[in-house]
Amino acid sequence: MIGPELEIQFIASVVAVACALPGVFLVLRKMAMMSDAISHSILFGIVVMFFVTKEITSPLLLLGAAATGIITVGMVEMTHKTKLLKEDASIGIVFPLLFSIGVILISKYAGDVHLDSDAVLLGELAFAPFDRFVVLGIDIGPKSLIVMLVILVLNILFIAIFYKELKLTIFDPGLARALGFNPNIIHYTLMAFVSITAVGAFDAVGSILVVALMIGPPAIAYLITERLSRMLVLSAVLGVLSAVSGYWLASLFDVSIAGSIATMIGVLFVLTFLFSPLNGMIALMYRKRKQGIVFAARILLVHLSHHEGKPESEEENRYHNLDKHLHWNKERIKKIVAYAQDRKLIHIENEMLLLTDSGRKLAQTSITAS
Amino acid sequence: MHNTIMEFLSELFSSYTLRVVALGAAVLGIISGALGAFAVLRKQSLLGDALSHAALPGIVLAFIITSSKAMPVLVLGAAAAGWLATLFIFAITRYTKLKNDTALGVVLSVFFGFGLVLLSYIQKTPRAAQAGLEKFLFGQAAAMMKEDVFLMVVAGVIVLVLLVLFWKEFKLTSFDPDFAKSMGISVRKYEMLLTSLLVISIVIGLQTVGVVLMSAMVVAPAAAARQWTDKLSIMVLLSAFFGAAAGVSGAVISSMSAKMPTGPTIVLTLSSIFILSMIFAPARGIVWGWLRELKNRRAIQTEAVLEDFYFLDAQHGGMERGHTVKVLRTMSLGHGGVERSIKKLQEEGFIRRVEDKKWVITPKGSKHIESKNIES
Repeated sequence: MIGPELEIQFIASVVAVACALPGVFLVLRKMAMMSDAISHSILFGIVVMFFVTKEITSPLLLLGAAATGIITVGMVEMTHKTKLLKEDASIGIVFPLLFSIGVILISKYAGDVHLDSDAVLLGELAFAPFDRFVVLGIDIGPKSLIVMLVILVLNILFIAIFYKELKLTIFDPGLARALGFNPNIIHYTLMAFVSITAVGAFDAVGSILVVALMIGPPAIAYLITERLSRMLVLSAVLGVLSAVSGYWLASLFDVSIAGSIATMIGVLFVLTFLFSPLNGMIALMYRKRKQGIVFAARILLVHLSHHEGKPESEEENRYHNLDKHLHWNKERIKKIVAYAQDRKLIHIENEMLLLTDSGRKLAQTSITAS
Repeated sequence: MHNTIMEFLSELFSSYTLRVVALGAAVLGIISGALGAFAVLRKQSLLGDALSHAALPGIVLAFIITSSKAMPVLVLGAAAAGWLATLFIFAITRYTKLKNDTALGVVLSVFFGFGLVLLSYIQKTPRAAQAGLEKFLFGQAAAMMKEDVFLMVVAGVIVLVLLVLFWKEFKLTSFDPDFAKSMGISVRKYEMLLTSLLVISIVIGLQTVGVVLMSAMVVAPAAAARQWTDKLSIMVLLSAFFGAAAGVSGAVISSMSAKMPTGPTIVLTLSSIFILSMIFAPARGIVWGWLRELKNRRAIQTEAVLEDFYFLDAQHGGMERGHTVKVLRTMSLGHGGVERSIKKLQEEGFIRRVEDKKWVITPKGSKHIESKNIES
């Protein structure tokens, strides 16, 4: 028996991993917003199944939600396939419609049940440990933890069994079809898993955090690695990291746990966006700058070799005349000359810039290579 | 039926609340419809969804800073947050390999999550007068007041004036940014301006229909209008009209039925308009497409039957021997529609009847086939 504090962190982590795994495929397939659509439209499925079963905790709700997810995807694709509307606009029409029907059904026929749109959108992780799962009088643990563990295992099994197929449908659906299996089957199965995960998770964390957990960690992981297997592992790790740190942020300031987890995902995203060695903004800017310097140094070398040994070299290749001839400002000239000197491409004698052997060679190849 | 309409009209003109709500919904429909047209054409349909979620932290922060629940203050906060979110989305798609959909998803959920953090923070402070901020999440059209509508009208007029003023620039940057650049138009400036207008229209709509349904207010009228026309000006007008019509009828329908929330009803109306447009709009609509396909198929069948007549005539060496429907039907196993084709061909004078239920090709028909063969 562990305390509610640890239990909440454990639930949040399990939810995070369960969401991140199918999320990787959504991000790679450019279908990230489908998670938003599904996590909203499942309200419709839950309401309908609620009317059928008259129970708010029935496992049939999961099935209803999964079906709604597939219906959502199907409706989006049907609209999109008529070629009357782009895919993003199709998504933007379908899920508000299903959500609206869900809200109307609730407000008209289920006003007094614990089933309101606030709960779907927001969720409350802090209450999760109080809803226990009891079998034969033995308390096994919080219900949402058990449910999410089952969903997590299902997700892992699905990805492990169909890893090759999933990979193929993401990166080369044409080849997948040519090899004789239908990418649509994988696609819709994936969407069913996304829906089941979303409906399992929304109860604990709300539908918006489902989007954060499905899209956030995979997006961060994609900035760090380009290998599918590493991306899956990294997403799971990042999901747990943001879940746990989000929990502590929330308990520190006594604020919403779900919101804090989303906020931590944002913080991790911004950090990666700035500092990722491969694709981060800073690395990108540094590389761009360096390329600029390398290129400018080559221009300088070509300029020097062009006038080298000719009568005008006295004028052209003099350090203080460079700004006139290359149209660079003094600051830049200083930097580029220092760069070339450092690499022993030129040396300076009496204010004159002279090419070294390696500098001359580089100038030659710069001209001939182009 | 007649009775209910009269009842409803008198209700509309006598009920003050309904009038306010209907007017507000109409204004909202016009603005979001007009700007939604641009969003849909620029493939930014889901930007509206992202921005409406992203506005939440701005609303709560504005309340924390000013302790005021005044609409203009909250709207300003929402607009600031929405604008910041737009910048983030643009930066992510520009500087990383992440695609637009991922950028939208991350920004939407993180901003909204942060908004929840702030909301739960003020709920625990003693000045729990924050009741009312939630209405931005789910929308409470029925609670709309005259002042709210006034604010919407003001914002709407500003948005529409700017839209008209920079019409040419918006049109160019939306359809042909490269050409616009070559004309010396700052594409990014106008993109930002257009997106800012979208932010304003979303923000003023939030309290009416709520975060989730605001996206439909932006996308659905424009998507419906797109089916009826290929001209931007008509599309914008039509989209604004659809938005207004759905707003008013949604407000009215929800007022006539108990426990019928206004926002979702408006969205339902909008979706119906879209579905009807998709099916019945001339030229682009689904029914129209079927009819065109049917017409094409029939034209091809008729041509094929005439060709069969031509071959029969050639085989019989111009003896003007008539042929029955049965013969032609056997020849045209691949296509069909023989009887209808014969009727049509006879009307056009390509074949003529020689004896009872037998036909032969006319010189005009032969010429038609020969000229076609030469062409191909």
